[in-house]
Amino acid sequence: MSNRVLLGAVAYDSKVVTIWDGFRQWFRDRDLDFDYVLYSHYERQIEDLVEGHIDVAWHSPLAWVRTVRLARARSVGVRAVVMRDSDRDLVSAVLVRADSDLASLDDLRGRSVATGAIDSPQAHLLPLSMLREAGLRPDVDFKVSRFDVRVGLHGDHVGGERDAAVALRSGLVDAACMLDANTLLFSREGTLPAGSVRVLAKTEPFDHCTMAVGPGADKSTVDRFTALLLGMAYDDPTVRPLFDLEGLKQWLPARTDRYSALERAVDELGFLDAEGKLCADDYRP
Amino acid sequence: MLTIIDLEGLGLDAGAHLVLNRALTGLPAGGRLAVVGGNQMLGVQLGAWCRSEGHGFDPADPPVVIKGTADDARARATQRAGSPSHVDERADAAWGLAARGALVEPGGPLLSVDWVDRDLVWADVAPRLYSRAAAEQWDPATAIDWASHADVPDEVEDAVVQIMTYLIENEQAALMLPARLLARLHPHFREVMQLFAVQIADEARHVEVFTRRALLSRDELGVSGAGGRASLQTLLDEPDFTLASFLLSVLGEGSFLDLLRFLNVHAPDPITATMTSLVGRDEARHVAFGVAHTAHAAKADARFLGRLRMAVERRHTALIDTAGLNKQVFDALVVLAAGSWETSAIAKGWRAVEELQKRMEDGRRHRLSLIGFPDDEAAELAALHTRNFM
Repeated sequence: MSNRVLLGAVAYDSKVVTIWDGFRQWFRDRDLDFDYVLYSHYERQIEDLVEGHIDVAWHSPLAWVRTVRLARARSVGVRAVVMRDSDRDLVSAVLVRADSDLASLDDLRGRSVATGAIDSPQAHLLPLSMLREAGLRPDVDFKVSRFDVRVGLHGDHVGGERDAAVALRSGLVDAACMLDANTLLFSREGTLPAGSVRVLAKTEPFDHCTMAVGPGADKSTVDRFTALLLGMAYDDPTVRPLFDLEGLKQWLPARTDRYSALERAVDELGFLDAEGKLCADDYRP
Repeated sequence: MLTIIDLEGLGLDAGAHLVLNRALTGLPAGGRLAVVGGNQMLGVQLGAWCRSEGHGFDPADPPVVIKGTADDARARATQRAGSPSHVDERADAAWGLAARGALVEPGGPLLSVDWVDRDLVWADVAPRLYSRAAAEQWDPATAIDWASHADVPDEVEDAVVQIMTYLIENEQAALMLPARLLARLHPHFREVMQLFAVQIADEARHVEVFTRRALLSRDELGVSGAGGRASLQTLLDEPDFTLASFLLSVLGEGSFLDLLRFLNVHAPDPITATMTSLVGRDEARHVAFGVAHTAHAAKADARFLGRLRMAVERRHTALIDTAGLNKQVFDALVVLAAGSWETSAIAKGWRAVEELQKRMEDGRRHRLSLIGFPDDEAAELAALHTRNFM
C-alpha cells in the first residue's frame, strides 16, 4: 500500500515554502511520506492534478472549478477533502469613495470600475458577474479598469486589488471591487484611510480555497492525509506558526456547493468553456 | 446568552476590533456577541474580521460574532519567563529575549546562549553593583581637567607614555572579554548583563583617557611587548564564564587595583593622578563582582575550587616560556617612582616597584582566601599569577 502523498501548491509568496516545509515535517513525524512541489501558476497545477502527476493540490476556487470541468471532460474522478475555516463565506464588495454621488449599482452606468487581475475570483470574476446580473454589461454599460498583477495566481497575490484601491482613492475610477478581508488590510496599511470609502454593493457569500484530490491518488493514503489535517490543532506549538502564516485556525471538511456563482461567472465572462479550456484571449499566466 | 455591543459609528478600519476583543474576553468559547453600529463598512468587514480571528459569524440582523477557541488556545500555551523579582535557577532558551516575568507566547526562536544556569553566572551583589556602576559613570571630557597638565621631565614623560601604552592594551583585553561573555549569557540574569554592559563602557573610557594622556605631549606611543600580549591572549581564549571572570577580575584587575594606586601615588602630574583614581574606582567594582561571583560558584559546588586552581596552573604553564611583563614597562615604573635619574632616586624607585609586586601578591592571596581557598593554597596560587599583572 502506498504511503506517499505528493501535493502541489502555487508559490504566490515566499512564505509558501515555510508553510509546506513545516507541514511536511509534521506529516513525516507521523509516518506519512508527504512531499510537495511548487507551481508558478495554477493552470499547470490543475493540469498536472488531472493528469495524475500529483496526488493532491492546494487549489484556488477557480482552480477547483476548472479541475472539475477538465476531469469531467476526461471522465476521471476528482474530489475535495478539506478547506481552511477561513475559506468559508467570503464576500466581495464594490466600493465607492465616501463622498461619491453613486447610490446604487444602476448609477454605475457610464462610469468606471476598477477590478483585480483577470483571474481573480474575488476581485474580478464574481463582482463583474454580480454587476451583470444587475443589468450592467462590463465594457458596455460601464468601463472596466482591470489591474492585472501576477496573472495566473487567481488573485492570491493582493497587488491587483491594491492597485484598484489606489485608483479609487486617487479618483481615477468611480468604484473598485475587492474582497472583504482586503478592505481591512488596505485600511490598516493606509491604502484606504478610515472613513474614505463606503459599500455600494456586496456579493452573496462564496467559498475560497480547497484541497483537491486527483484521479491518481491512493484513496486510503489520502484518507489518512485528510484525517491528519483535520486533527491538526491550533494548540500545537509546531502547527500554530504555520496556521498563522497560512491564515487558518482549523482545517474543516471541504464543501463544494458554494462555487456555483463562480461557475456562472466564468461562463458569462467567457473565461472557461464547459470542458475546462481557457478561453479568455488576454489571459496569459 | 446573547450579549449585545453597540459600536456606534466606530468601524473596523478605525479600531473597533479593540472594543470587540474587550467584549469577547468575558465570553466562553461559543458565546454569542451581537454587534450593532452605524459604520457603513461594518456589514462587509465584520465577517472578514471574524474569519481572520477564528471566530464564527452569523450574518443575522444584527450580526453575531460567535467566539472561537483560538484566543484560548494561544493563552493556554503561554508561560511566564520567571518572575520579575526572582532569579530562577535555570533560564529557558525558549523565553528568548522576553523580559524577566513577561508572558511568553510560544513558537518563537530559541535563544542561542551558553549560560542558562544561575550558579554559573550569578552573584547576589550584582543588582547593587549595577546601581553603583550606573551612578558612578563619569565623563572623560569633564571629570579630568585636561588643561592642568604640568611640565613633566622628558625622561619621566617617556615612562608615562610607556605605562599608558601598556595600560591601553590591558584595558582593551578587559573590554573584549566581558563583551564576549555578555553575548553568551541568558538575559534572564539581567543584572549581570547590565553590569557587564557598564563594565564594557568603563573600559572604553579607560582606553580613551589613557590614550589621551599618552599623546598629551608625544606623537608616538611606547612598546607593546610580545609576552604581555601572549598573557592577555590566554584571557581571551578562556571559554568558561567563571574561569574567565576569575582570571580577569579576581586576579588580573585585582592586581591592577594596586598598580593604579601606585601610579596615583607616583603620578608626576594632576591629570595622571585624577585618571588613575577614577579608573581605580571602576576597577574596584569589576573586582567586587569577580570575587562575589567566583565565591558564589565555589559555594554552590566546592569542587569548583579545583577547576579554578587548574585554570591558574594552566595559564602559568602556557606562559612559562614568555617574558611576562616587558622590561620597558618594568623600567618605566621604576623611573616613575624614582622621579629622576639620580642613583639614589632609582634605588628608591626600584624598592617601590618591589613593594608594589609584594602588595599585588598579598592582595591576590587575600581575594583567593575570600573565595574559599585555604591559606597555603591561596599563597601558592597567588604566586603563580602571570608576571604581566593582568
